[in-house]
Amino acid sequence: MVSRVTNLGRSGLFHWLVQRFSAVILGAYMLCILGSTLLSPEMDYAHWQAVFDSNLMRVFSLITLLALCAHAWIGMWTVSTDYLTDLQLGTRATFIRLLFQAGCALLIAVYMLWGIQILWSI
Amino acid sequence: MLVSIYRYNPQTDDKPVMRDIEVEIPGGKDLMILDVLELAKRKDSSIAYRRSCREGVCGSDGMNMNGRNGLACITPLSDTVKPGQKLVLRPLPGLPVIRDLVVDMSIFYKQYEKVKPYLINDEPPPTIERLQSPEDRAQLDGLYECILCACCSTNCPSFWWNPDKFIGPAGLLQAYRFLADSRDTATAERLAGLNDPFSVFRCRGVMSCAAVCPKGLNPTRAIGHIRAMLIRQGT
Repeated sequence: MVSRVTNLGRSGLFHWLVQRFSAVILGAYMLCILGSTLLSPEMDYAHWQAVFDSNLMRVFSLITLLALCAHAWIGMWTVSTDYLTDLQLGTRATFIRLLFQAGCALLIAVYMLWGIQILWSI
Repeated sequence: MLVSIYRYNPQTDDKPVMRDIEVEIPGGKDLMILDVLELAKRKDSSIAYRRSCREGVCGSDGMNMNGRNGLACITPLSDTVKPGQKLVLRPLPGLPVIRDLVVDMSIFYKQYEKVKPYLINDEPPPTIERLQSPEDRAQLDGLYECILCACCSTNCPSFWWNPDKFIGPAGLLQAYRFLADSRDTATAERLAGLNDPFSVFRCRGVMSCAAVCPKGLNPTRAIGHIRAMLIRQGT
């Protein structure tokens, strides 16, 4: 059993399930937005605002945003533990990996809070 | 025929080099790559490689032949090179080189050891032997045949990146061989040891393991079964 404190939940199965479920949510949301765009011949700001004004769409968008953040974190954490390893970078690896992970976490947190603010300001 | 061989002796060489050697291939028959290596060794006895049974059973002569991992003794020359092409032989990728085509397989065996590749049964032993139904025995087909040549694990990008954490296709095939065994009673313990983000879940399902297995086995399918067992147990 290999354990790392920087992964979410410490379980590979948890990661794997979150990535699959979040991918399904992201796919469904993209289809929803695509459908809404294609089914509205006159897509203007007023229509776009009306779409996002409903609570249902807000909740769906928020769930998608959270799914995107979780998906991105697991993806970037995986990338960092694949490429930024002792094998590739020697003794500096831990510092570089932690720096990269902290940067990703910060960026994802900023995008999440900013996204929530945008969603609730419509 | 021109044969380009990876040459490296860590004790005397600064870095590895590819060295060409001209080998006379007798006409009228299709040689195996190991035969070509033997001919090359007659010209240069310092070439180092492992070999033993020369019939694809011992798994000693795993190497990379024109970019593809396989066993030199059962890989025909005609399947590896086109007429006029050079034969390029390199050691199995991703493992430290001891010399020329001989690699240090310690990390590979360490990962194999992690899966406890032996039957665990805490029930009292029967008088003669633990029996299996033909159906239960059939579950082990496609799993027990692995000869641990390391062609699959050294062809797996996830194993190149995390050879100390990802068990690799060969080890996981054996892990499932014991998970699928009706006589084994340590299923929960075995699964608990695999449920971290590296041991199993670093498999990205690219199937490069199955593409090169000289025995025609499919470790990706076995890994899928382990994942399904983990999902059943953990959700």
